[in-house]
Amino acid sequence: MATPVALSALAVGASAIIKEFPKSGTAFLRLREMGMSPGTRITLVRTAPLGDPIEIKVRGYSLTLRKTEAEHVLVEPVS
Amino acid sequence: MALPAHIAAAPTSTSSRNPTYALVGNPNCGKSTLFNALTGLKQKVGNYPGVTVEKKIGTTYSQHGQPMTVIDLPGTYSLAARSPDEAVTRDVLLGRRADTPQPDRILCILDATNLERNLYLLHQILDLGRPVIVVLNMMDLAAKAGLNIRVARLEHELGVPIIPCEAVNGKGIVDLRLAMSRVDLPLARHAWDIPAEIAPAVADLQASLTANDKKAPLVARAEALLLLTDQDSVRVAGSTPLSPRTHEILESWQKRWQAEGTDWAGTLVNSRYDAIGEIAREVVIPAGEAGPSTSDKIDAFVTHPLWGWLTLGAIMTLLFLSIFTFAEYPMNFIDDQMAGLADLVKGSMPPGDLRDLITDGAIAGVGGVIIFLPQILILFFFIGLLESTGYMARAAFIMDRLMSRVGLNGKSFIPLLSSYACAIPGIMATRTIENHKDRLVTILVAPLMSCSARLPVYLLMIAALVPGERVPIMTKVGIMLLMYALGTFGAFGFAWLFKRTLLKGEPPLMIMELPPYRLPSLRDVLLHMFERGWIFLRRAGTVILGISIILWFLSAYPKAPDDTPPQQQLAQSFAGRAGHLIEPAIKPLGFDWQIGIGLISSFAAREVFVSTMGVVFNAQSEDEEDTEPLRQALLGARWPDGSPLFTPLVCFTLMIFYVFAMQCVSTIAIVRRETNSWRWPLFQIGYMTGTAWILSFIVYQAGRALGY
Repeated sequence: MATPVALSALAVGASAIIKEFPKSGTAFLRLREMGMSPGTRITLVRTAPLGDPIEIKVRGYSLTLRKTEAEHVLVEPVS
Repeated sequence: MALPAHIAAAPTSTSSRNPTYALVGNPNCGKSTLFNALTGLKQKVGNYPGVTVEKKIGTTYSQHGQPMTVIDLPGTYSLAARSPDEAVTRDVLLGRRADTPQPDRILCILDATNLERNLYLLHQILDLGRPVIVVLNMMDLAAKAGLNIRVARLEHELGVPIIPCEAVNGKGIVDLRLAMSRVDLPLARHAWDIPAEIAPAVADLQASLTANDKKAPLVARAEALLLLTDQDSVRVAGSTPLSPRTHEILESWQKRWQAEGTDWAGTLVNSRYDAIGEIAREVVIPAGEAGPSTSDKIDAFVTHPLWGWLTLGAIMTLLFLSIFTFAEYPMNFIDDQMAGLADLVKGSMPPGDLRDLITDGAIAGVGGVIIFLPQILILFFFIGLLESTGYMARAAFIMDRLMSRVGLNGKSFIPLLSSYACAIPGIMATRTIENHKDRLVTILVAPLMSCSARLPVYLLMIAALVPGERVPIMTKVGIMLLMYALGTFGAFGFAWLFKRTLLKGEPPLMIMELPPYRLPSLRDVLLHMFERGWIFLRRAGTVILGISIILWFLSAYPKAPDDTPPQQQLAQSFAGRAGHLIEPAIKPLGFDWQIGIGLISSFAAREVFVSTMGVVFNAQSEDEEDTEPLRQALLGARWPDGSPLFTPLVCFTLMIFYVFAMQCVSTIAIVRRETNSWRWPLFQIGYMTGTAWILSFIVYQAGRALGY
């Protein structure tokens, strides 16, 4: 089992399972409501040309978020 | 044709019995396409009182021809609102808005290509205990993506009618109309387990909402569930607040959970997604391991570190080229028609005040309003295309990093960029920015982007500034670029400042969906375009027309004897006197009262400065494009003491003033509409014109000290 890393540290093209999600903060609640609940598999598709924000694939669609949010989300990389 | 007596006699009772449908759905699910398909041109756009959220209501007809009202609610991913728009959706559905009756029935649109996330909103909506019709939109795209959706199974699971649909092609609309015509719509059968740790709280809140807030039991349960995920909920004007008792109960539970470390909101969201996951597994047969989709392939190019920028640059260049080339023809046409109309009136009426009012006041005013239309329509056509294809989200994705430097997010980019053509459509395009403060900051700084109306002023001043008949092209371009750069830096500087002081808020988020690329629906784009144009005419047009007539009056009265040349007539008019009046204020900038008249008349539109200078210095040429006579006249203008008025320094200072000053009534009128108060447009006049004065003062005085 791989050690959890921050979503912002995930390599482009890598997939991971969401492990831990911050409990409070409206941003994080909205991200959960958009399908980023713990246990969900996500793939980091790309980062924007200037390095931020990032685009992930979750539940079959593309979602963008900034690294400032992504660094609080812990994920477990899967091969 | 007169109506039969029995119909004509009972209009009020029939209209109040019309069933009202609320149209809800995620952003990008094809909601407005469906709304347009259902209601066609029978739409009314207004505002919810007290908030800057657009209210769209349309009428559609049942299979028996009975009218049905459809309220198009702002798109949202969840009823736990994060913006005023989403708050309106939530409040209308919960019956919290006194200005909008609670809808009888709900039409919930789901994007079939993205069923799981779309089901989240539906899941919340089914809780409301109202009859729901589910529209499964984009079935063709789902099939293309290899998804097989078992509609009958979904219908069985949820217990509500499911209508497969392709709103863009109009497929499924007939079935939808049939379903909407049904007298008996079943309530949802779907049951899900509220997590045990929060169930007692839901029961408490439900009881209190029923007893103290007079809600029906099912709505009370839905609202109770919502209150638990609606942390720091957005409150908007016009929304009925919770009763104090319910509020107390909510707070005491939240305190208790906080102490225990219970993640109540997260638990609730998870349990909904658990239930949704079960449904999705039953209903959606996923495609096999497919390769990258078309959207993925386009995105690999469009968001590429090199090609991405080139694409963005190319699209923006195309946009501006078409505005400047295509808009010119209709604008010239409007100009000619208005001039022709004025001549017609002049020829058929005896000279006098009334004739002047009609020709120089009203017709010129109307012309001044509709001259903006071509630019606005073209810009909104492009913005509509960018939005409905999905490129708009990519532009925001690429630009976000840069915009974040000043505290905004990528969604402010297109509105600000559009403002280079004209601030009016730019400001109207800020509706895509969800965050209220970000939107307001964008509106406040948008007029600093040098719009096309400033161009004639810049050109005239550059011509007067540089000695010699022919201005070297590089000098011209250099000064012009400097002005555009100044305005742009000003806009970003003030955005940065406002985000740190006046409109301080949470750092903006960039939680945004990148929708799959889609072929745009021409009908949607055109409808959107005409709707914006109409809003401009109706809301801004009346104000502009009024101000134009006032400005005409100020320059035409009091009347001098008939044989007075126009130059002297203007000098002794109210406008001329106002020029004298403000001279002490603008003298430190190197401007005299005659320039003052130009500044005042610029309120109608900045380019009016040029024609006013023509009158003031008696240098009107037959050909409007030819500024040479005016240039000569400006260079000949003198202060009473004989020193030249338009020194290079004064010309330069005047340009600086025009970069920053808020001088456009049309913009003021549209800011008033978009912010729903006079406060922000007045603030804008103050801060922009104040900055213009201070910077002009510094430039002029420093220039003088340096010996220019």
